[in-house]
Amino acid sequence: MRVALFVTCVNDAVFPSTGVATVRLLERLGVEVDFPAAQTCCGQPQFNTGYREETRPLVRRTVRAFEGYDHVVVPSGSCAAMVRHHYPAFGPEAAALGPRTYELTEFLVDVLGVTDVGAYFPHKVTYHPSCHGLRMLGLGERPRRLLEAVKGLELVELPGAEECCGFGGTFAVKNPDVSAAMGADKIANAVSTGAGVLCGADNSCLLHVGGMLSRQGAPLRAVHLAEILASTEEEPFA
Amino acid sequence: MSGIFVGMPAFPKAAREAVQDGTLRANLRHATHTIRDKRARAVAELADWAELREAGKRIKDRTLRHLDTYLIQLEEAVTAAGGTVHWAADAAEANRIVTELVKATGESEVVKVKSMATQEIGLNEHLEAEGIRAYETDLAELIVQLGEDRPSHILVPAIHRNRGEIRDIFREEMGKWGRQAPDGLSDSPAELAEAARLHLREKFLRAKVGISGANFMVAETGTLVVVESEGNGRMCLTLPETLISVVGIEKVVPTWRDLEVFLQTLPRSSTAERMNPYTSTWTGTTDGDGPKTFHLVLLDNGRTDALADEVGRQALRCIRCSACLNVCPVYERAGGHAYGSVYPGPIGAILTPQLRGTTSEIDASLPYASSLCGACYEVCPVAIDIPEVLVHLREKVAGQGGKGHRLEKAAMKAAGWVLDRPDVLAAGERLASKTRTLHPRKLPGPGARQWTGSRDLPEMPAAPFRDWWKKNRTGDDA
Repeated sequence: MRVALFVTCVNDAVFPSTGVATVRLLERLGVEVDFPAAQTCCGQPQFNTGYREETRPLVRRTVRAFEGYDHVVVPSGSCAAMVRHHYPAFGPEAAALGPRTYELTEFLVDVLGVTDVGAYFPHKVTYHPSCHGLRMLGLGERPRRLLEAVKGLELVELPGAEECCGFGGTFAVKNPDVSAAMGADKIANAVSTGAGVLCGADNSCLLHVGGMLSRQGAPLRAVHLAEILASTEEEPFA
Repeated sequence: MSGIFVGMPAFPKAAREAVQDGTLRANLRHATHTIRDKRARAVAELADWAELREAGKRIKDRTLRHLDTYLIQLEEAVTAAGGTVHWAADAAEANRIVTELVKATGESEVVKVKSMATQEIGLNEHLEAEGIRAYETDLAELIVQLGEDRPSHILVPAIHRNRGEIRDIFREEMGKWGRQAPDGLSDSPAELAEAARLHLREKFLRAKVGISGANFMVAETGTLVVVESEGNGRMCLTLPETLISVVGIEKVVPTWRDLEVFLQTLPRSSTAERMNPYTSTWTGTTDGDGPKTFHLVLLDNGRTDALADEVGRQALRCIRCSACLNVCPVYERAGGHAYGSVYPGPIGAILTPQLRGTTSEIDASLPYASSLCGACYEVCPVAIDIPEVLVHLREKVAGQGGKGHRLEKAAMKAAGWVLDRPDVLAAGERLASKTRTLHPRKLPGPGARQWTGSRDLPEMPAAPFRDWWKKNRTGDDA
């Protein structure tokens, strides 16, 4: 099976390791991965901030970049939700990309039909389900089932898991105080679990939460789900 | 809308003060989480919740599509039943009508049922200026009124107060408005409620004029409906000789059958009750039973403007249950006052800018008072896609090019230009990576505070993903 990786702009520029992990994971599962170099950003920051016209060229670019692929895999619930839910507003060609776009855990569980990806990650982990994956895509138990199947991994419940971490794109800078207050509560909940790793499936949220963890010197680090799933006994990743 | 909120600072600034108030944060957290959890249990009891939600949405949408027809039908039915209908285009007109009606009775005080519409138009303040004293009789509204405070929640307007604060307000203020609080009043809920009962009882028995809003108006019979929990509404609706109801035009439903849906979804969504304790309905006037005179003031005040907006009009489905406030992470931290409106929280963030426009600083900032997490949409019993309307309103605000938005638009355009050119983007990414050792974890200057005030910047990677791909999967060194 040949799929296109939509790595997302945040991962490309700031978290390339998540992209690398996604490639290694998919290849380990027998998937042939392509990276169409014409891709950049899905346009979500522009769209959600109220700049629909500024979004249009990015939608056009994204649609063209992934023409001809039946499966486009995105290691970000938020960007996948943008394509699936908001692209239809940009015409039929854009709308057609939605059903071919899969958030990573959807692709693994629904398309490949696997929950045990053969990963090994000997750490205590708690999982934060990011809002767009949770509510717009309805990822449900998929991430949890994948994590539970990881050898050596102890999954602990995050109190208030379904509450937003406070990132929210430009919200984080337009309303910095409320955003930080939400982040602080998320971190306190994560710390209370005693986990060493706060796992998420959206690096934009982890950019915010991880930045706060770093600032506060909290005893846990933020790691993208793909990096945990890419880790094996022979080749630890994250 | 109400003058009491005029001149509010933009949401981020108002919220900043609230976030730093530890007592407020604790009060809000405790209260919203309690109601939130109870609502979830009450809703989970119904196997057909999804169908009820869809039905509520469709009833409201159909009614809004034919609003003119149903309002005229309502007017005819109310008139035929002995009531008088008045049409108010805006707050000033509604206030003027109500004031004249009260003055015509010769009374100088009125009792009030909790009503969002009358708060929206600032009726109490207007009556006060005209020498008429309005007594709020809902317990939480009483707390707000005695404390010279502003409501901070649609359903529980004193949510920002804890029991100790309420006791202090009762002890200090009740005597100035009527019967004083009993000596040695404690902060136990039963004692506080009893103090309010005694205080309010003399108001109910004396009042000749009652003022209410309504949760629903049934067009086919001209019947108004108020749902409540305390029985104060029932007192105000039945004891006075004159009843004046101020109701937003979107509150009409075509038939009694339509009520069946909302009388299930409203109590469960708002107070997490299977059924609210008091549901009062009245149709015009009845000889020897209840008020002898009934006036209905139908209020537009921006609603037809909202109705004209294809995306925004769904906000008019709102039945004021407050479920969206109770699940909102932003409301929980910022509190209701920061929204600068009697309609706070997610619904306020889409309703207020539509009713008042987006010319003031606070109103233009409201569509951005959300992380778009979607929790509000998930719980809304009439399926208002609040995130969708927020983004739509952001487009409007950005389009009018006000404070900060011209610069933002330029930045978005510049970012778009780069993002539409992968080679330029890659060059930028490489530059960021190559200079990564120079990047501090904090940035100086006020512009950067928004991010680095509470968060470190991430360490930049050695190279962007696209270079790793080129090198490791295409055999081409970047």
